[in-house]
Amino acid sequence: MSQKNRLQDGGRIDRSKPLTFTFNGDSYQGYAGDTLASALIANGIDVIGRSFKYSRPRGFVAAGAEEPNAVVQLGATEATQIPNVRATQQSLYQGLVAASTNGWPSVETDFMGLVGKLGGKMMPPGFYYKTFMFPQSMWPTYESYIRKAAGLGRASKEKDVDRYDKMNQHTDVLIVGAGPAGLMAALSAARGGARVILADEQNEFGGSLLSSKETIDGKPAMDWVAEVVAELNQFDDVMMLPNSQVNGYHDHNFLTIQQHCTDQFADRAPNGAVAQRLHRVRAKWVVLATGAHERPLVFGNNDVPGCMQASAVSTYINRFSVVPGNELVLMTSNDGAYQTAIDWHDAGRHVVAIVDARKNPQGSLIDAARERGISIMVGSGVIEVQGSKRVTGVSVAPLNDVGDKVTGAIAKLKADTVASSGGWSPVIHLSCHTGARPVWDDEAIGFLPGPTVQKQLTAGAINGVFTTHAALSQGLQAGADALAHLGLEATDSSVPTTEDVTQGKAMALFHIPHNKPTSKAPKQFVDYQNDVTAAGIELACREGFESIEHVKRYTAMGFGTDQGKLGNINGMAIAAKALQKSIPETGTTIFRPNYTPVTFGAIAGRDCGELFDPKRFTAMHAWHVARGAKFEDVGQWKRPWYFPKDNETMQQALNRECLATRESVGILDASTLGKIDIQGKDAREFLGRVYTNAWAKLAVGKCRYGLMCGEDGMVFDDGVTSCLGEHHFLMTTTTGGAAHVLEWLELYHQTEWPEMEVYFTSVTDHWSTMTISGPNSRKLLEKLTDYDVSKDHFAYMDWKPMTVAGVPARVFRISFTGELSFEINVQANYGMHVWNALFEAGEEFNLTPYGTETMHILRAEKGFIIAGQDTDGSVHPFDLGMPWAVAMKKPFSFIGKRGMQREDCVRADRKQLVGLKTIDPNVVLPEGAQGVFDPKAPIPMPMVGHVTSSYWSACLGRSIAMGFVKGGHDKIGEKVYYPLADGRVVEAEICQPVFLDPKGERQHV
Amino acid sequence: MFHIFCPHCGEYREEEEFHAKGEAHIARPLDPDACRDEEWGEFLYFRTNPRGIHHELWVHAAGCRKFFNITRNTQTYEILEVYKLGEMPSVVAE
Repeated sequence: MSQKNRLQDGGRIDRSKPLTFTFNGDSYQGYAGDTLASALIANGIDVIGRSFKYSRPRGFVAAGAEEPNAVVQLGATEATQIPNVRATQQSLYQGLVAASTNGWPSVETDFMGLVGKLGGKMMPPGFYYKTFMFPQSMWPTYESYIRKAAGLGRASKEKDVDRYDKMNQHTDVLIVGAGPAGLMAALSAARGGARVILADEQNEFGGSLLSSKETIDGKPAMDWVAEVVAELNQFDDVMMLPNSQVNGYHDHNFLTIQQHCTDQFADRAPNGAVAQRLHRVRAKWVVLATGAHERPLVFGNNDVPGCMQASAVSTYINRFSVVPGNELVLMTSNDGAYQTAIDWHDAGRHVVAIVDARKNPQGSLIDAARERGISIMVGSGVIEVQGSKRVTGVSVAPLNDVGDKVTGAIAKLKADTVASSGGWSPVIHLSCHTGARPVWDDEAIGFLPGPTVQKQLTAGAINGVFTTHAALSQGLQAGADALAHLGLEATDSSVPTTEDVTQGKAMALFHIPHNKPTSKAPKQFVDYQNDVTAAGIELACREGFESIEHVKRYTAMGFGTDQGKLGNINGMAIAAKALQKSIPETGTTIFRPNYTPVTFGAIAGRDCGELFDPKRFTAMHAWHVARGAKFEDVGQWKRPWYFPKDNETMQQALNRECLATRESVGILDASTLGKIDIQGKDAREFLGRVYTNAWAKLAVGKCRYGLMCGEDGMVFDDGVTSCLGEHHFLMTTTTGGAAHVLEWLELYHQTEWPEMEVYFTSVTDHWSTMTISGPNSRKLLEKLTDYDVSKDHFAYMDWKPMTVAGVPARVFRISFTGELSFEINVQANYGMHVWNALFEAGEEFNLTPYGTETMHILRAEKGFIIAGQDTDGSVHPFDLGMPWAVAMKKPFSFIGKRGMQREDCVRADRKQLVGLKTIDPNVVLPEGAQGVFDPKAPIPMPMVGHVTSSYWSACLGRSIAMGFVKGGHDKIGEKVYYPLADGRVVEAEICQPVFLDPKGERQHV
Repeated sequence: MFHIFCPHCGEYREEEEFHAKGEAHIARPLDPDACRDEEWGEFLYFRTNPRGIHHELWVHAAGCRKFFNITRNTQTYEILEVYKLGEMPSVVAE
């Protein structure tokens, strides 16, 4: 198809560089410099998609970020799919592949369109709430159909092949928007010596000037822009970021910029280049020069393709050399939009009429239109258009003075394009992101940025001033103000000269009345993306929604991916009128980050896959990998889970590991346990305050198990602490709790007991820890040390410094398995050496490596708890059956003591930790199963506690479990039942949680 | 994301380096055993939740590991001052 709407010459496109692209499977041509939207319009494409709810055909409305309809799916391959791209912001490139996101089976013949044709009565606001809520059980079914019908694009099913990046930036001044105001601010700030970042969403700097025919300093505006850009490029401290959307304005002047580095010219970043970069900017000062979006007027069938923003029509003509139709009707409430009719006329196409709602418009643009012989119908409005896939005609009627009633006969005109302008809405979105409430301005007929606590300046149309002169002078001033705040001096710069345009007063008009009441008139769309109509907003108000935030939620106005950039103000004006309030009284909803949709790639950057989270490995990790270990994540640590041999199942491996340990000797890499070195003359007293048990008499060379509680008396960590010297201790914590425990100790030291002389150092990574456990562990250790490790010389719960495998070691005779056990600690860089030496020496004992799962089974056989598995922040030491670990008589009221004596903590029917033996020894209870005393009780049954640990014990030849049971300590021998999701009810006997060697004889040998 | 001046390091650092630790100036009762349940509950669970000026305890966790206080406006997120433990705020709610 030829580019039938392309003009012969002019525009900022390069006709020497034709580009081929595909839309909905058909091939088209455009030029370098086009957006996807301008190229499609050049090719005469009217329908770009279907609307969300009614599935009506939709065309292009705007030419920038505010476009609600032209949201497309991009990507030539599955891996490069990008949903939610506005065709008006996407630069055209060779080979671009785009598709509509709405419409099934196609945008031209759409199934859901039938629903839309049945009309508004079938789908009023709240339609989904009202229709699909009952019965509630059916909602998931409804939802999947609604989502399919809605179809707002899809993510790729394959891994994204492109690379994304993040950069942290610090700058004196970040200027958002490179139109006349932003450029002038940048120039002023840069000349004064400030570090500047200038970011603009478009591929070229210039903003409104890109589509304007005005002059600055007597030359075409874009020549002036080129000079400014050239000067800015000279400064070392000025960073120029085109194709960069400032998407979020966060606290303390932190802003995020999504820079499109390659995806504006390629489907896939070439040569592994970065496709998109997220700049995280901390700016001392921010200048918002974000401009304004033109507000289209709301009238009957205003969504028929061919209805556009007036300024967008001018942009397509002047910047892209594309005229989006042949017969134009322009409707306006202000002078500025006359320029569109002039541009249309000068492009050689026919202006049917200018329809001005004002009775007596006067100004130089009106004169210019008259000089061209364009017919002007004053005091009138376009009350509806005809057509479905393209405008075919319009109905024009005279209006009363305030523009809310049709006062006379309706005239019908033939036209294919209706451009409309209800004035301009300042782009205040970023200023809202940090909570500033917008303020209505009658003069500007729009909301302006509200008072803010950010170090923020504003310049140009965002302030409700809409001339190029005002933009330039406010930009210059903003630059100078930023410099003054920074303590820098502005150079002597003056405002460039511009043409003088006198403009008459604009009329505050949003909603064009129809001769029928709004509810009966053809649909008048406010929010195209969510199909919110004027009638819908009026209905919401009639149904009692008075807060604009509620109206928004009920109608879904502004909920689309465009956040209602185009329609929100019209919607608020319509709501205000329905509520008989002023717009400032009604107020406005505010905007939240992000300004436009951001790809997950840009947000993730390199923080995905292998780099998503740091991984921590022990010194013996390579050995575990070589041995075929399966790994488990514990915090950031990769811990061996179990070591399968040959074709063993997990359970077979666990059985073998458990039996080998109990029968001979097993070895566990315990390096990940948190280790905190505690020193100082008050270290001992400090331990006594943070642990529940006594520490005053722990002698040098001794180890002790401790429980740590919060002030509420609930257990949050446990571990063994050893006395290394009179004022020197080594605390071990759970693997996952180490960082929290260290911060906990520091918190109390710094805030409550700063007078104590005590120092904490994290030494987790300093040591490699290998635990040998089992009846042959002593024999194994003896082979590697000259030290006397006999029972009499090295007692249970002692630690000794010795040499192991030629390396200095601390060996702790502590046990988490109930077996004779030695925990060998060596400097981490000796870890692998000692580990290998142990295996060499251990061959005769069938030394068997085991992982966390066997560790869990072995400790559960002994009834040892795991903090975080058998505790959940709601259990105190007495609930756990560990009164022996609480020293109530300590002189200092240790942390947790008062808490565990609260009334609620001493109830007899608290859930208490007990052992559980299933009546059928072959059944392993699922962890998390909820117990009941009476399985025949009516549902919901009273639940009495859950299973916390449950395993198959190869050593005992049966299942074992631990869990909480209400009042369980007094119910030993009684039954508890576990009704499971699969219908089974498992019966278990409550027992003591120590299943093996209750007297502890095995570890004392 | 906050930009926080650490009074111990003497410079502004990003919020990512800090942990918030709740309301400041919550002193542990000197004699917990003498507290009634209600008093202990007050110390444990009850915190002010002001709209406006709020004093908070923070720690420079990925920096000097020192605790300090921040006076922050919970509405605007402005940090009005930072001060060391043991010091009292100069900016207080009216």
